[in-house]
Amino acid sequence: MIAPPLPPQKFWLLTAIGALGFLGLWSGIAASGWVQRAFLPTPWEIVARMADLTRDPFAGFTLQVHLLSSLQRFAMGFVLAVCVGIPLGLLMAWFRWIDKIVGPLFEAVRFVAPIAWVPFAALWFGTGIGGPVLIIFMGAMPPVLINTYRGAKYVDRKYLEASSMLGAGAWRGITQIVLPAAVPSIVSGLRISAGLAWQSLVGAELIVASSGVGYLMVKGQAGLSTSTVMSGMIAIGCVGIVIDVLLRKLQQTIETRRGL
Amino acid sequence: MANIEFVNVGRTFRQNDQDFVALENINLEVGDREFVAVVGPSGCGKTTCMRMAAGLEHPTGGQVKVDGELVTRPGPDRAVVFQQFALFPWKTVWDNIEFGLHSLRVPAVDRKQRIEQHIELMGLGGYEKAFPHQLSGGMQQRVAIARAYVLDPKVLLMDEPFGALDAQTRVVMQEELVRLARRHPRTVLFITHAVEEAVYLADRVVVMSRRPGMIREIIDIKSVREAEEWDALERIEDVMDQPSFVHLRTRIWKLLREQQGGDVH
Repeated sequence: MIAPPLPPQKFWLLTAIGALGFLGLWSGIAASGWVQRAFLPTPWEIVARMADLTRDPFAGFTLQVHLLSSLQRFAMGFVLAVCVGIPLGLLMAWFRWIDKIVGPLFEAVRFVAPIAWVPFAALWFGTGIGGPVLIIFMGAMPPVLINTYRGAKYVDRKYLEASSMLGAGAWRGITQIVLPAAVPSIVSGLRISAGLAWQSLVGAELIVASSGVGYLMVKGQAGLSTSTVMSGMIAIGCVGIVIDVLLRKLQQTIETRRGL
Repeated sequence: MANIEFVNVGRTFRQNDQDFVALENINLEVGDREFVAVVGPSGCGKTTCMRMAAGLEHPTGGQVKVDGELVTRPGPDRAVVFQQFALFPWKTVWDNIEFGLHSLRVPAVDRKQRIEQHIELMGLGGYEKAFPHQLSGGMQQRVAIARAYVLDPKVLLMDEPFGALDAQTRVVMQEELVRLARRHPRTVLFITHAVEEAVYLADRVVVMSRRPGMIREIIDIKSVREAEEWDALERIEDVMDQPSFVHLRTRIWKLLREQQGGDVH
């Protein structure tokens, strides 16, 4: 039997109960001393630490400046992935020979986790900005490419037939027919990709010299400040949610415009 | 001369290590500005014939020629109106109609004029900026017809164009198409499974057999239509009431019935 959807009040009530229950459990374990205080601060201590970090610089900058720095790298890596992934996905879907050449190379590289690129990036870029951007790019590219390719490959045949009947060649066929047809799939790829790119951030910042939330967390760990590390995690989580919500809105806007 | 020639055309498919013959021995010529309808039971290959003329499929035997030239690929000189409309949902009505004109390298000023002309012709005034999903089925098919006509193609290929429309819209569209066809005659190959539609619209009706699809008989409608002056009658129901119409329709029905256990409408 399929259950009817939850009414909004009930939904929020359950969410609140879950959240409060979780926080209560956490506080209880932390306060009881069962786990060493140094390793598990109470939620309140973390909130306080986060507030501190927005006022007093740690590892060079305040929390928000670190976040901004991370966002910059994320943006560069993500935009690069989009600029490479979308055209490449479209070309691979249209030209079988490009698919045959690029496909196997891509498959070989795809399963290397972004963080595994850290040593390579360090060798190539040292502590320069190229390092984190490369790692974020490696995390962001596969979903963009795969979703673009799939969206383009499975365009309804009738559009392709109409397009060639109307005399359109590869350029107009790809840009005016395949690309718009693939947009829902591409946007869904962007959402996944943004999430993965943002998640690759900490790994990316392992080789960074001076700023960023991942850098902050590493420095916090070095100084044995669990609350700093967890502040970083929470900041990352919050920004991640915001990014996803924005992209979900984009997805919904596109779907309504298309009349889907 | 914009004619369509099927010369000994055959189409055989290979499936699971077996050959099966979809079409065999198709010899047909659609003359310049002649409206030819093809009827037959489901699966007889009539749509395949149209698709071969369009260049969307290729014969395994024989040749399909348009205007004396062998058909190898699709193009705007052989415009197609599809059963499922195939309008581009992300483009407006105007842009859909304009799309093929770019390929023909028609200059901007001429494009505008031609599109406006065809919008008026197909009764699409006021809908230029609408998107397909905002239009009814009948309106969408009008856009598809406008999109094909605006190309001034050598031949027009229509694949059960009214098949996806409700019965009443269908009748309206049939009347409009007849008016259009008599005023601006073109070479048309029209595929349908509706016998009445074929008799109403066409100069000749080709009756196909069940698979393997072959031409069973070709029936001349035009001479009867002209002798009985169907075009003087305004309404489709009056035409379909004519004894001469009923006679032709029944004759074709009987031919289709003869296919053993065929599905006939």
